Amino acid sequence: MSDILILNGRVVDPSSGLDAERDVLLRHGRVAAVEMPGALRVAKAKETIDAKGMIVAPGLVDVHVHLREPGQTYKESIKTGTAAAAAGGFTSVVAMPNTVPVNDTVARLEWMLDAARGACVKLFAMPAATFGSLGEEITDFHQLQRAGAVGFTDDGKPVLVDRVMRAALVAAAGIGVPVSQHAEDTRLTGGCSMNAGPVAFRLGLRGMTVEAESKIVERDVRLLKDIEQHDGLRPHLHVQHVSTAKAMEAIRQAKREGLHVTCEVAPHHFTLTDEAIGEYDTNAKMNPPLRNDADRLAMIAGLMDGTVDCIATDHAPHALFEKEQEFERAPNGITGLETALGLALRVLHKGQGMSISRVIELMSAHPARVVSLDGRGTLRVDSFADVVVFDPAAEWNFEAVKSRSKSRNTPFDGAPMLGRVVATISEGTLVYRG
Amino acid sequence: MKSSEYAAGSLLTVANLSVEDVAAILAATDRLERMAAAERARILAGRRIALLFYESSTRTRTSFELAAKSLGAMTTLVSDKSSSIEKGESLKDTGLTLRALGAECIVLRHANSGAPYLLAKATGLPVLNAGDGMHEHPSQALLDLRTMLARLSGVGGRLVNGKTLDGVTVVITGDILHSRVARSNAMLLPRLGAKVVLCGPKELLPEDALGLGVHGASGCVVIERDFDKALKQAQVVMMLRIQRERLAGLELDLGDYISRYQLDEERLAARSPEALVMHPGPMIRGLEIAGEVADGPNSAIEDQVRHGLAVRTALLVRALGVGGFESVTV
Repeated sequence: MSDILILNGRVVDPSSGLDAERDVLLRHGRVAAVEMPGALRVAKAKETIDAKGMIVAPGLVDVHVHLREPGQTYKESIKTGTAAAAAGGFTSVVAMPNTVPVNDTVARLEWMLDAARGACVKLFAMPAATFGSLGEEITDFHQLQRAGAVGFTDDGKPVLVDRVMRAALVAAAGIGVPVSQHAEDTRLTGGCSMNAGPVAFRLGLRGMTVEAESKIVERDVRLLKDIEQHDGLRPHLHVQHVSTAKAMEAIRQAKREGLHVTCEVAPHHFTLTDEAIGEYDTNAKMNPPLRNDADRLAMIAGLMDGTVDCIATDHAPHALFEKEQEFERAPNGITGLETALGLALRVLHKGQGMSISRVIELMSAHPARVVSLDGRGTLRVDSFADVVVFDPAAEWNFEAVKSRSKSRNTPFDGAPMLGRVVATISEGTLVYRG
Repeated sequence: MKSSEYAAGSLLTVANLSVEDVAAILAATDRLERMAAAERARILAGRRIALLFYESSTRTRTSFELAAKSLGAMTTLVSDKSSSIEKGESLKDTGLTLRALGAECIVLRHANSGAPYLLAKATGLPVLNAGDGMHEHPSQALLDLRTMLARLSGVGGRLVNGKTLDGVTVVITGDILHSRVARSNAMLLPRLGAKVVLCGPKELLPEDALGLGVHGASGCVVIERDFDKALKQAQVVMMLRIQRERLAGLELDLGDYISRYQLDEERLAARSPEALVMHPGPMIRGLEIAGEVADGPNSAIEDQVRHGLAVRTALLVRALGVGGFESVTV
């Protein structure tokens, strides 16, 4: 682990309200100093990065990725997935449990987090909320937390039964971690492969209604209230990949009522609409699906007004042969780690006037807080030396063929991006150089 | 992939056909129909056409097959029940196999919407969509158009352009939600000036169907829930089967449906005695249509089948880039 000196950059650290030119010294895997320009020129470092014209920010944190290991390493592995994360400026990622087998035991969680898997950025995991993600019996939250779990989720499907979801929220509240919910009432979405609406009708595809998402959010909010009232606990519900105005409004209302609800939005949901499916492009097929423009704008509104806590990619790699199928048969999901920052800056900063500091906050400090990652998502002295350096003015086009991920399933191949990562440092180690 | 990147002569959707394309297809249909059988049989002599049918079909499959044979082409029929498809081979790989075996054009019927796009992209061959899921049935819309042109008084002699069906109201009634025929017709006919009235209960006709209306077309697409009101306006009434196999748990009161939406003699006589009655088949007599109407003087149902054979000869000629279609682009 070498010392790294980052000179002449614009340091943007929302966690400390800093947005100014500073030099940064990273030593022994920690942030050693953040000083006025020139003050650290005498410091000796094995590596010096000249960040003139660049932004130096806390390494990005993604609370929602699929790394496909164990079981589906032909799509992705922990090694390749975290390499893609590093290329996208991420230094912490939270792996979802829908691997094969499902990550629902301490042994599997420990295996996944083992250094032997080759993660090049810090890997965290949310094990399954229920055994096998079957939605029937909750897993051993205590043991799993001791082994490193930062939350629990059956992502890919919802915890549908009220009683089971209630038990999960109560158990998670007892140990201070969130239950992350994939809000989809699957009783309403059988056979559906995209958003319900005129586009689905024209394409002859069955559509998922917005109510299929909002009903689960509303149900979960009711459970939170009930638990607060009857159990004296304060559970934390994290709503994953919100995609509809209706669910967003339910979350906004729950926050107004003081409940502990957080949520994430994926870049594709604030960038694209269901029109992106075009002529059955399976690279635009995901769950929740791309919605209409009113929903897309509601995601942006939620990001602007603070209803949304963080941006998460839902990076979901699939092999080409799996996506080269009939639309209704192709799996859901797109890759997203290498396009998240470029899209957020293009759509939210350039398009909507969101400050760069706020974009970074939504991708570092806030997601770190959602899963309580102490010392991450910040550049305060003594925090982990997790840093992203990027050129905020660089306009470029993403080329899927150059991705570090094993998979290429993205609707953003060739899409314009704003802001290019030039260096990613994870716990003091340079893990990506653009 | 842009539409222009599919092989010339492909017909995946009516949306990619210009009014000029439609006119050219119908003109070629007339030309081929007038031709002596022996001459026609030389047009595609020795050419190879694969019929890939993943769904059961009587009229469409037979129609394409007879059309191909009447042009002298060699055909091979591949169905999902008697091929490697049953063993799990992907659509892409099946298409590549057919191409390697010399197929120059594939006619595809498939239960999944959009499957023809995948096949056309994977093989680079011209693909004719013979019905994909709930999406489209473009050759059916063209044969329906030809049937209307042949049977509607005052329309037959008109040039095929954006005003050919001016003043014509086509009422399409029934299970619009699941009907690829309705989608193709609702997208094609307004571009020639027709007003298309979609009719059916909410469960089978969501408001989203209005999205089928084509911008810039002189005709339009509207929804009318009351069949009697719709029928009063109709020069053409097209009845659709309830696709029970696609209802996916949706329960319909069939008795109520029959009383509200069945086309029977009394209703037809009272509301629109001159209307041309069409049905893409298969019909369920006694459900959406009374047997007497299906067999009655207004019925063009058998004409539709005959026109289907003729139109499909033109589509195959176009797909293989001969007979006046040498410079076709999609």
